[in-house]
Amino acid sequence: MSKILMTGDEAVARGAYEAGVCFASAYPGTPSTEILENVGNYKEITAEWAPNEKVAMEAAIGASMGGVRSMAAMKHVGLNVAADPIFTFAYMGVNGGMVFVSADDPGMHSSQNEQDNRNYARFMKVPMLEPSDSQEAKDMFRAAFDISERFDTPVMFRMTTRVCHSKSLVELGERKEFDAIPYVKNRMKNDPVPAISRQLRVKMLDRDRRLQAFSNDCDYNYAEYNGSKKVGIVANGVSYEYAKEVFGDNASYLKVGMTNPMPLDLIREFRSNVETMYVIEELDPYMEEQIRAAGIDCIGKDKIPLVGELNPNIIREALLGEKVESIEYNENLVVDRPPALCAGCPHRGFFYECSKRKDTVMVGDIGCYALGGSEPLNAKDMAICMGSAFSLAHGMDKAFKVSGQEKTLVACMGDSTFFHTGINALEEVIYNDSHVICCILDNRITGMTGHQENPGTGYNLKGEPATIMDIETIVRALGVTRIRTVNPLKLDEMKAALDWAYQEVREGPVVLVTRWPCVLKKLSTEDRREFRQVPAQCSVNHDKCIGCKRCLTTGCPALSFDKYERKVSIDRMQCVGCTVCAQVCPKQAITKGARK
Amino acid sequence: MKKTETRSVLLVGVGGQGTILASKILTTGLIAAGYDVKMSEVHGMSQRGGSVSTQVRYGSKVYSPIIGKGEADVLVSFETMEALRYLDGLKPGGKIVVNDYQMPSLPVLSGEKEYPDGIIDELKSKGPTLALDAAKVAKENGNPRGMNVVLLGALIQFLGITNVDWPAALKANVKPQFVEGNLRCLDAGMKLAKEIA
Repeated sequence: MSKILMTGDEAVARGAYEAGVCFASAYPGTPSTEILENVGNYKEITAEWAPNEKVAMEAAIGASMGGVRSMAAMKHVGLNVAADPIFTFAYMGVNGGMVFVSADDPGMHSSQNEQDNRNYARFMKVPMLEPSDSQEAKDMFRAAFDISERFDTPVMFRMTTRVCHSKSLVELGERKEFDAIPYVKNRMKNDPVPAISRQLRVKMLDRDRRLQAFSNDCDYNYAEYNGSKKVGIVANGVSYEYAKEVFGDNASYLKVGMTNPMPLDLIREFRSNVETMYVIEELDPYMEEQIRAAGIDCIGKDKIPLVGELNPNIIREALLGEKVESIEYNENLVVDRPPALCAGCPHRGFFYECSKRKDTVMVGDIGCYALGGSEPLNAKDMAICMGSAFSLAHGMDKAFKVSGQEKTLVACMGDSTFFHTGINALEEVIYNDSHVICCILDNRITGMTGHQENPGTGYNLKGEPATIMDIETIVRALGVTRIRTVNPLKLDEMKAALDWAYQEVREGPVVLVTRWPCVLKKLSTEDRREFRQVPAQCSVNHDKCIGCKRCLTTGCPALSFDKYERKVSIDRMQCVGCTVCAQVCPKQAITKGARK
Repeated sequence: MKKTETRSVLLVGVGGQGTILASKILTTGLIAAGYDVKMSEVHGMSQRGGSVSTQVRYGSKVYSPIIGKGEADVLVSFETMEALRYLDGLKPGGKIVVNDYQMPSLPVLSGEKEYPDGIIDELKSKGPTLALDAAKVAKENGNPRGMNVVLLGALIQFLGITNVDWPAALKANVKPQFVEGNLRCLDAGMKLAKEIA
């Protein structure tokens, strides 16, 4: 069979298909998003976007208990959200095999931290597999279900950005169907009340011992002795590929594909056969610490960086002292290309109006609207994690009551983030009564991860119609009486709503919903009905333009300023005619016309 | 090319310029020619307008999907200034294919900074550089959107991997109605590289 070039994410989806998985759930998050997008292409698998990672994990656990092979996928920080159910499910064990993916992001390409989730597997006492390329991603994902069922445990499948998003050749296999395992009531396994959990804990520790023996003996952990036994390298994941790139046949390798429990006996034997042993791993000294604790001497983080991703050069320099030459050039000839909110982005109007407010603390959240903090809008103070904006602002409000600092708290998050965990945060604001302007930036889609459906969009992962959860109805049901919905691209409406909110928030919580679809969204029939859009674009009348640059303060990438002519122009390719720039122009020099 | 040697191509540009399609055609052709291939994409945080790069590596057996500084054999830049931003990815002595096509970034658009002059001269002083106006070439060949394929044609010629059925690789990745226009662009890119080089 011919081989196909696949990303690691696509390969995991294929592995799920071949393993006979029947149920898969996820919340989108870079670099894991494409796993469920691709699982969704297999009609044999029920694939769903859950409102958040905890719910995705619980649904997958339920499907396992129900007797089928199931999976959940998330980015590293998503596992923090999903940690609660999986820690206890690790005590209970599976019915149908159950595997969850943690896609870590060393180097923080698209994340707020670079936590090393391998620590979770040890903490939870669940077996962990780590593929190095796409072929392994597929094969090991498939095999993970056998391990899950054999040892009666969920399995953690840990990937990193480079494994998720790199393509390499994969040989495909066939799908294996399994009969669903009948569900039989068994409280001693499935009802973790303290008396039962105490027994499950003992069983789990015994399983961990059996898994240790398996790890020393399994197909994913093996030694590769080459001519030279002078240097031995222990490596996992993509670091193994980097090590091979640097050392080739000039070293022997111990490839660790199952990294919890660690194959310490195997490593001890390997150590006795090589003169010097390096441990090459990204982020924490996860393997190194366990190797050292077992009394095996090695060289690791004293040479390999603890921060960021590795690459062949970093390893070459760290271990061989060879500095790779690169070309030096005149850096003054390079201007930054920072990311910006798209031309026509509905968040622009919101942040533009917020940026003009004084004595305000703006708490942001995770999504494209993180860019509301960049120049020239510069409208954001802080953010921390998914769904946190309202609760952070709540705590600050309580602190300001003590300190007497007089600041208005404005907090914002997107629609998908609101459904994720923002609803809970809003409960906090309402129940414990703080004075926060809670803004829900409803752009009708999960934007930053590349347009996934969510409970507010009216469609599910498979593109089938789904119940639309109405944000205003939810907010009112939680007890909010001060609520307004505005089109953020109409700046006078946006300003009036903020004026109103700044007044009302003195009395109690206020909710503003800004509602306009993401400019990149492929509109649904319902969207087209609600948001009537005629293809349009704006242009500048250069006779009227006085070069005041006020329009540039909106940060729209379609606008450009000619400093010799002192006039602004609009890029016709990018402009969609949102008119935010026209609305701020003091000379009415910008007009909207039909799209040419 | 020696059997064991792995070659690395770094394709860079601005989101939306079609670097991904060009890399797809490139990898399809390399796989058909029997090479082991790995490809890695890095996206800017914004969907549009950010700086993007793709790495393609091929050889008899490829390990790392990515390269560090100073390791690319060829740098192909779809936008002029981006070539310089990623120049430290190129091996000293490595080749450069650069599109003479400027897309101002936000600090330039806002008038805060100027789009720098003299980039192509700077590139030429650093290594063998093929600068071409791919947008113009694409237009002349009746396919204004085919800029990426013109650059791909030049790259293929520059790499010297002409023993591959590139038209077939292109057809495998492009909708039927766009095949003809893109084939003309591919051909034009290859010819141009032959003339200049």
